[in-house]
Amino acid sequence: MPRDPDTLLRKFHEARWDEQIIFEMSVPGERGILVNEADPKVRKAVGNAASSIPNGLRRKSAPKLPEVNQMRVLRHFMHLSQETMGTDVTIDISQGTCTMKYSPKVQEHMAGRHPGIREIHPLQPAETVQGLLEIIYSLEKFLKEISGMDRFSFQPAGGAQAAYTASSIVRAYHASRKDLERTETITTMFSHPCDAAGPSTAGFNVITIMPDKDGYADIDAFKAALSKRTAAIFITNPEDTGIYNPRIDEFVKAAHDVGALCYYDQANANGMLGITRARDAGFDLCHFNLHKTFSVPHGSMGGAVGALGCAGYLAKYLPVPQVKYDKKKGYYYDYGTKDSIGKVRSFMGNTQSLVKSYSWIMQHGAEGLHETAVCSVLNNNYMMKLLSEVPGVTIHYAPGKRRLEQVRYTWEQLKKDTGVGTEDVMRRMADFGLQHYWTSHHPWVLPEPFTLEPCESYSKDDIDEYVAVLRQISKEAYENPEFVKNSPYNQVVHRVPNPSINEPERIAVTWRQYLKKGLDKKSSSKLQSKRVHS
Amino acid sequence: MAKERTIFPYIPNSVPEVKAQMLEEVGAKGVMDLYVEIPDRLRFKRKLRLPPPILSEYELKRHVGGLLDKNKNIKQYLSFLGAGCAEHFIPAVCDEINGRGEFLTAYVGEPYADHGKWQALFEYCSLMGELLDMDVLSCPLYDGAQAAATSIRMASRITGRKEVVVQKQLNPEVKLVLRNYLKPDISIREVGFDGTTGLTDLTDLRSKVSSRTAAVLIENPSYLGVLETQAEEIGKITRERRAEFIVYTDPISLGVMAPPSQYGATIACGDFHPLGIPVVAGGGQGGFIATHDDMTYISEFKDLMFGITNTTTPGEYGFGEVLFDRTSYGSREKGKEFTGTSTGIWAITAAVYLSLMGPKGMEETGKTIMQMSQYAAKQMAGIRGVKLQFPRTPFFKEFVVNFDATRAKTVEKVNRALLARGIIGGKDLSKELPELGQSSLYCVTEVRTAEDIHRLVQAIKEVA
Repeated sequence: MPRDPDTLLRKFHEARWDEQIIFEMSVPGERGILVNEADPKVRKAVGNAASSIPNGLRRKSAPKLPEVNQMRVLRHFMHLSQETMGTDVTIDISQGTCTMKYSPKVQEHMAGRHPGIREIHPLQPAETVQGLLEIIYSLEKFLKEISGMDRFSFQPAGGAQAAYTASSIVRAYHASRKDLERTETITTMFSHPCDAAGPSTAGFNVITIMPDKDGYADIDAFKAALSKRTAAIFITNPEDTGIYNPRIDEFVKAAHDVGALCYYDQANANGMLGITRARDAGFDLCHFNLHKTFSVPHGSMGGAVGALGCAGYLAKYLPVPQVKYDKKKGYYYDYGTKDSIGKVRSFMGNTQSLVKSYSWIMQHGAEGLHETAVCSVLNNNYMMKLLSEVPGVTIHYAPGKRRLEQVRYTWEQLKKDTGVGTEDVMRRMADFGLQHYWTSHHPWVLPEPFTLEPCESYSKDDIDEYVAVLRQISKEAYENPEFVKNSPYNQVVHRVPNPSINEPERIAVTWRQYLKKGLDKKSSSKLQSKRVHS
Repeated sequence: MAKERTIFPYIPNSVPEVKAQMLEEVGAKGVMDLYVEIPDRLRFKRKLRLPPPILSEYELKRHVGGLLDKNKNIKQYLSFLGAGCAEHFIPAVCDEINGRGEFLTAYVGEPYADHGKWQALFEYCSLMGELLDMDVLSCPLYDGAQAAATSIRMASRITGRKEVVVQKQLNPEVKLVLRNYLKPDISIREVGFDGTTGLTDLTDLRSKVSSRTAAVLIENPSYLGVLETQAEEIGKITRERRAEFIVYTDPISLGVMAPPSQYGATIACGDFHPLGIPVVAGGGQGGFIATHDDMTYISEFKDLMFGITNTTTPGEYGFGEVLFDRTSYGSREKGKEFTGTSTGIWAITAAVYLSLMGPKGMEETGKTIMQMSQYAAKQMAGIRGVKLQFPRTPFFKEFVVNFDATRAKTVEKVNRALLARGIIGGKDLSKELPELGQSSLYCVTEVRTAEDIHRLVQAIKEVA
């Protein structure tokens, strides 16, 4: 039966293949693929060239890779893909802050398959890749307009690497001014962990500002933390709560007044395209996640791009090479000045993603970007309204205020009433064909959190179905809490009783480690499994 | 007639009637009312200056395809570029799997609905572990350069020391990353190499490794292609000083070459790009770090680790997070460096590649690469004026060719003339390593044929 028209719930079961680990499929002698050999002419001329490897560097025994025929390898990974709930197959409102929007297939077909990107070597002379450089140059122009910044680098291969790159630029900027006492950065608890960890990796001591009673970063605590030691602030707005901080420019001004730079983590930009810009609020640096706002698929955790923008006076510190244009030379690589921080990623980063984001912006134009923003915000406020009526859900902070693209909800009340917490609900929801929602970064701050972002890709009907599932689970929790706690039921596997693996004897991150530790034997369940398979 | 509003196919609620219903539900007159929290002074008042949109999918394809058509690609041109991004054979099954929408569009889901992703990444670690003969890997890193940088930071945390010794001829793509990433506290000392053999200068090395040394990092095969035949000795010198011995290796060499762990490396790292991933203008890189099963090392990895474990159902494999608090996701600035979205889709691709190849495929591929590259080197050495920079040192995949004694005199001229003949010559080394004169780094892998080599040789004879 299709989705129930009244409840909007599906009778769903994810694929469950009871799949072995690839090593268990090995049959000695089987081949997955035959590879080409050197021509006879070549073999005659150089013999078994591998014998030139000196004894100490020669592989003595073959790697213990599995030997599996091709169809079985294909089937195995097809099974694993079916046991994965990508955004292509679910209403992915779940992974809040991650902007799980539709990654258009046309982009994938172009950027993934066209030889003009797939078969390009990154060190080819600029004159041979004018089309690609034009795309990169144009995309930079677009993002400059969208953010108000003066320059962009696409080298950072993820948002966290962008925050780290910005930290390196901050360090170089102050060093160039011989301002060596600036050893601290300030971030807020509801900013992404990379806004603390990036600067920390670059050598800064990090001060974290907690939220005030309305959920905004506490401005008094913030001002008290600023000093001549402050190198930069790394903040976002709205934070994970989705509440736009109208005093953001006051934060920026206060930071500038003590000589600090201001970095805006714009992983959340989706609701603000064409509405408000980082540079106009005074920020010196910002980054966009092209894999969030600009439609690049998330790729089971990458590749990604943290497009890093900056004001003109920081451009000389950006990673090299940068793509520039000259009427005579056409598009060319500029390896910059001695001030550049050098590189953070080899070559030019994930260039295929740039083709995708370029395509997405070209498809939408100014009107489409605006529509993206307003529909994502409308979706979010619509969903918040529906969820506010679900028993057990609490929406903290700033009551009555509009949120932008996401909301941090909590099941605090549900937990108090039923003992069912956010992780229980999270497991259960996948039984209805929805990706597990994301709770919150650590530490949680709010009890039993969950964070949803119904970006513009999702229809009203999608949102209604999503809310129906959460309403159903809330109902189940009030009626039969143990049922929810023992979920999932319709999933690839059942509940992992102890998913935090911290004891050395339990750590097995590879198959060989699992076997060496005898974890296969220690588990009586495994013996039973063998019986099943025989 | 008023212009009709565009209904964007990726924005379902751009349908006015739906929008109106939703606005009513939230009690707002118009969508802009929802932005009431953004003060007027911070509002962007004009329309974004972007090109008019290309609304139809067909026209978009024509437009983007037209731009990409302008690029000269390495299927049309015969390319000898490598230097960290070499052209290798890609089995069709690799592309089939990394094109699967379920993998391509998954992100950070839990190991129930995303069990398959967790298992695929666990298998990536497991297969790499066999190739490297080491027990522990984390989820992938951005690229080999990041893997090298983090390996050194791990070594520094393990030893409490703040110096690292690297080869002068280290791949500049890696070196430039290290120079930034190791700031502000770890200093880099470079050890020279012998201009006739390409091998690390051991005397120089001994003088630079001390009780302050956190690690010695060598590339093997080296950036210049040669096998570092003294690797074991370098390891001994390093370990005598209780420093970590980090070897940056090319995984596709490991069917024929010993993995670093077998000649003393305590940390192996590198880029798994060669394992079934396209060159895609440098977008196909992915980093790995491997160590032995030792908590001293395991605790220092910076990225997520997926451990295999039990579920409540007997006989079922489940997955969980290993030592989550190590990471910046768990502990913010107190975590190990920083973690984030990296290269999951390529790690899954590498897992498919290694599963297909098996031990025999890796051995045969390694052998073919050595045969083809040696053949190419031999043929090129027969051209008047062209000589091999390190003729007596064994090498893998890449080798340095010197053009000092040719009529063309410079690599730049040679490469320009080759390009006119449809060939992309090796990487010009004359600026980064001027002591090698007019030298070029040629990369020859299993995808080259004898015919390709003859074409190259003929062209060089004409132009050099």
